[in-house]
Amino acid sequence: MEQNRDMRAGVELDHVTVRFGEFTAVKDATLDIRGGEFFSFLGPSGCGKTTILRTISGFLDPSEGKVRIGGQDMNGIGPNKRPTALIFQNLALFPLMSVAENITYGLRVRGVSKADRMKRANELLEQIALPGQGDKLVSELSGGQKQRVAIARALAVQPKVLLLDEPLSALDLKLRQHMRAELRSIQQQVGITFIYITHDQGEALTMSDRIAVMSDGVIQQIADGRNVYDEPATAFVASFVGENNAFAGTVARADNTFAVLDTPFGPLRGRNPKGLKSGDRAILFVRPESARLARGEGDTTLSSRVKNIAFEGNMTHVFLDGAGKKDITVTVGRQDGASIPEQGADAAISYNPALGLVLPDGKLARE
Amino acid sequence: MSSRSLVFIVPLVVIAIFWLMARVERRMAPDASQKGYFERNGKVLGIAFILLVAFWMLFLVVLPYLYMVVESFHPTLTPLKRGGPEDVLTLRQYESFIVPPTGGGLNWTHINAFLFSIFASVVVTAINFVICYPLAYYMAQAGAPQRVRLILLGLVVPYWVNEILRAFSLRLLLATKGLINNVLVGAGIIDTPIDFLGQNVGLYVGLSYAYLLVMIFPLYNAIESLDKNQIEAARDLGAPWWRIHKDVVIPYAKPGIASGCTMVFMFSAGALAAPQFLGGPRTLWFTSVIYNFFFQNFNWARGSAYAFILLAACIALVMVMLRLFKVSLGETIK
Amino acid sequence: MRSKHVMKIMVGFYILLFFGYLFGPIIVMAITAFNPPNYPQAYPIEGFTLDWFVKLWNDRAMMDGLLNSIIIGLCVVAISVPVGLAAAIMMTQIYHRARGLFYLVTISPLLTPGVIIGISTVIFWKDVMSVTDVTKAIFYKGIILAVLGQASFISAYVLLIFMARLTRFDRAQEEAALDLGASHPQVFWHILLPFLKPAIVSAIVIAFLSSFENYNTTTFAILADKTLVTVLAGQARQGTTPALSALAVVIISFSLCGAIIYEVLKRREQRLADAARERAKIAEQAEVGGTPELATSSA
Repeated sequence: MEQNRDMRAGVELDHVTVRFGEFTAVKDATLDIRGGEFFSFLGPSGCGKTTILRTISGFLDPSEGKVRIGGQDMNGIGPNKRPTALIFQNLALFPLMSVAENITYGLRVRGVSKADRMKRANELLEQIALPGQGDKLVSELSGGQKQRVAIARALAVQPKVLLLDEPLSALDLKLRQHMRAELRSIQQQVGITFIYITHDQGEALTMSDRIAVMSDGVIQQIADGRNVYDEPATAFVASFVGENNAFAGTVARADNTFAVLDTPFGPLRGRNPKGLKSGDRAILFVRPESARLARGEGDTTLSSRVKNIAFEGNMTHVFLDGAGKKDITVTVGRQDGASIPEQGADAAISYNPALGLVLPDGKLARE
Repeated sequence: MSSRSLVFIVPLVVIAIFWLMARVERRMAPDASQKGYFERNGKVLGIAFILLVAFWMLFLVVLPYLYMVVESFHPTLTPLKRGGPEDVLTLRQYESFIVPPTGGGLNWTHINAFLFSIFASVVVTAINFVICYPLAYYMAQAGAPQRVRLILLGLVVPYWVNEILRAFSLRLLLATKGLINNVLVGAGIIDTPIDFLGQNVGLYVGLSYAYLLVMIFPLYNAIESLDKNQIEAARDLGAPWWRIHKDVVIPYAKPGIASGCTMVFMFSAGALAAPQFLGGPRTLWFTSVIYNFFFQNFNWARGSAYAFILLAACIALVMVMLRLFKVSLGETIK
Repeated sequence: MRSKHVMKIMVGFYILLFFGYLFGPIIVMAITAFNPPNYPQAYPIEGFTLDWFVKLWNDRAMMDGLLNSIIIGLCVVAISVPVGLAAAIMMTQIYHRARGLFYLVTISPLLTPGVIIGISTVIFWKDVMSVTDVTKAIFYKGIILAVLGQASFISAYVLLIFMARLTRFDRAQEEAALDLGASHPQVFWHILLPFLKPAIVSAIVIAFLSSFENYNTTTFAILADKTLVTVLAGQARQGTTPALSALAVVIISFSLCGAIIYEVLKRREQRLADAARERAKIAEQAEVGGTPELATSSA
C-alpha cells in the first residue's frame, strides 16, 4: 500500500455553505486539512458532518463557498474526476462482483488491462491479509474482511485523499477497536490524507491528528484530541467530548485568568480563557475525574446529596443530586484512597480551579 | 389547420409545462442534493431514456388517445372525402348513441347494451370480491407458508392458457351439449338441457373466471401487510369472526379492495372474448357494438365515439366508487 | 373446540371448491383433447386418440398465426423492455411534484380497456403512415400495428416490474462506482444493469407472454393479418373442435416445463446463496473468536 509521498494533497474548505431547500446543513465552514493528516469530523447525527464529506467527494455541490483539493478548485468537478476515494458507511461493495473485481473496479474503468488488474489485485489482497481469496463472493466474507476489501478498493485507485464515512459502525465492539488501530497504521503506511467521519468520540480521539467538532451545521472547534478534551472552545464541545459536569450561572467576578460564577451551588471558580466579564451568562465545566470527594477552598467546593454509586472495578462513579439538572458525577480512581460516602448522605466535592473551565453559555450536547 | 394535426401540438404544450415546472422548482428551492438530469445519467443515456419514454408516451399512449377522441367528433366519411369540405367537427356520433341516425325514438339497442355491460360488470366485480376475499384472507393470514406457495402456484397455472381457450373450456362445460347438461340429463335430473349460455350464466361465469387473479392479488397484498396481532387483539377482546373482518381487516385492506374492484370492473367492461364466446345470442355487449362498427360497418368515427363513451363512463363510475369508499386514486394504483 | 373443527372443514371445502372452479374447465378441456368424438366431449369417454394433435399440427392458418405471434412477441419485447426500463429510471429521478402525474399517465394504459387501445392505435397510425403511399404500403400492416398497440400497455407492465426492483437498489452502489472514477454510462452498464438482470429476465418473459396471448388489442390492430389468438378466436366462433383442446394441452405442457426449469434454477441459486452465507458465518465466528489476523489467514 506504500504510495508516493507526493501523492498526498490537502483539502481546503473556504466558507462552504450547503443548503437543502430551506434547510441549511452546513453553515460557513472554513478549514484547512493538511496533506497526509488524519482528520476527523466528530458530531452527533444530523450535525452536517456527512454533508461535508459528500461535498468534498463531489456528490454535493456547495451552495456557497469553495472546496479545494491540493490547491485546486473542485467546483464543477464530479466525484468520478476528483482525487478522492470514499469508504461508505455500508461499504457499498458490489455484491455481483468477486472480491478481486471489487478491488480493481476503479482500475477497470480507467482502462487498465485485465492482466495488470489481476496482478494489482493479488498485491492488494496480500496486503489486506486475504491472499488468494480474490475469487470469493462478497457475501462469503466476514464483517472485518469486507471492511478491508472496501479499503483496498478505495486505495487501488491511488487517491490523494481517503474519505471514510463511519465505516466501523456496523462492526461489533471488539472488532471495531481492533480496526481503529489497523486504520491508523494503514494511514501511516500509505501517507495520504484521511478524512474520517464519526459520532464516536473514542474513534476520533484515538485515531486523529486533528478533530473538527460539529453541531447544527457549524464547526465548533478544530484542534487535536488533547486540546479538544482539555480546552474545549464552546459549551457544546465541552459537553459532547467526554463526560463533563456543567454548572450554569452568571459571572460575579472575573479577571484574565479566572472567573467566579454565581451558581445554584454557590460561587464557583474556574479558568476564564474566553475573557468573560462580570454579568455574562456562563457555564462552568468540571470533568468527573478532575473532581475529588473532599472539601477545598470556598469557591471550588460544593456539596450535595449522594444519589447513586456505581462501582466499576478500576474506578467508582459517585452521582450527586444536580439540583434539577443532570446529576453531578465524580469519578474516583483506586489510588486516591478517598472514602466513598453512603448513598443518601451529603457529600462535599472540590476541584483544582485550574481544571475548572468557564465558557460562554450555549447549547449543551446532552441535556 | 385541421383538427387532427392540432393534436400534435397538445403534447408539446404539456412537455413545455413540465419543463417549466422543473425550472421553477429549481429556482424556488435550490437543493444541493438535486443533480441535473444529464449530470446524473450522462448525455448518451440521458437522451436515450428521454427518446424512449417520449416515444412511448407520445406515440403509443397520448397521441393515439387524443386522436381517437378527435376522430369521434368527425362525421362518418369515405377516405376520399376526409379533409374535404364535409369534414367538420360535429357531435353527430354522440347523438347517434341516443337517437339513431335513421330516426325513430331512442336508440334502445345501444343504450341497453351499454347499461347491461356496466350492470353486468358491477355484478361480476361483486361476485369476484365475495369469492376471492376468503381465499385472500386465508393466504395472507391463516395459511402455512408452504401451503400458500402451493396455492399461489395453483392460482397462476390455469392462466397460462389464453383467454380464448379459457372461454372455450367453459363453453365445453356449459353448452347445451356440454358436460354439465350431459351429466344432468344422463343422471335423469332434468329432461331437456338447460341453456346456460342463452341465460347469460356463461357470460357471468366467464367474466368472473377471467378476472379472478385481478381481484385476488391486490386483496392478498393488502391483507398480508396487516399485523396478525391486530386480529389476535380483536379476537381477544371477544369480537366474533364477522366483526373482526368488518372492523379490522376490511378497513385496513380498503386500498387493496378498491384496487381489485376497480381493475375487475374496468377489465370486465372492456372485455371482448368472454361476451363474444359465452354471451347468449340475444345479449349485446358494448365492446361488441364497437367491434361491429369497426369490422362490419367500417364506421370508425362512430366506433371511436362509442369507445370514448365507454372509457368516460368507466372512469366516472370508478371515481364515484372511490369517493364513496374514501380511497384516493393514488392508493389504488400502488 | 368443536366449532374450530367445523371451521377447518369449511375452509378446506371452500378451497376445494375454489380450485375446482379454477381447474375444472381446464381439466375437462384436456380430456376432450384425447377423446375421439368430433364434438369436444369429456363424457362419456369413447377411447383415446392423438388425432387432434395431428390435426392441429397440419392446420396452416394456426401455424402461420403462431409464427406471427412469435414475431410480434419478440418485437414487443424489443420495444417494451427498454422503454419500461427508461421510464422506471426516470421515475426515480423525476421531481417530486411531477412524479404523481407521470405515474398516472404511464400506468393509464393498464386501466384502459384493450379494445380502446387497439382502436386508437389503428386510427392514429393509419393517419401517420398514410403520409405518403410508399410509407403506407411499407408500414401499414397488421403485424406492425399489433406491435405498437401491445407495446403501449405492455411497457407499463414492464415499468412496474422494474420499479419494484429499483426500490431495493442501494444508491450507495452507484455512488461508490462513481467515486472510483466510473462515468455515468459505466455505472449504468456495470452496476445498475447487472442488478436489474433478474427483473430484465422476468420483464422479457412477461412481455412476451402478454403479447402472445393478447386478444382485445390485437383483434383490432392486426387488420388483415393473423396471430395464433385471432385464428383461435375465429375457429372458436365458427364452431368447436377438439383441436382447440389439443392446443390448450400443448400450451399447458410448455408452460409447465418452463415453470419447472424456473423452479430448478431458482433453487440452485438459493442453494449457492445459502452456502455463501454459511461460509460468511464461519468466517465471522473465527474473527470474533480469535484475532482477526488469524481468522483471515485461516479462512
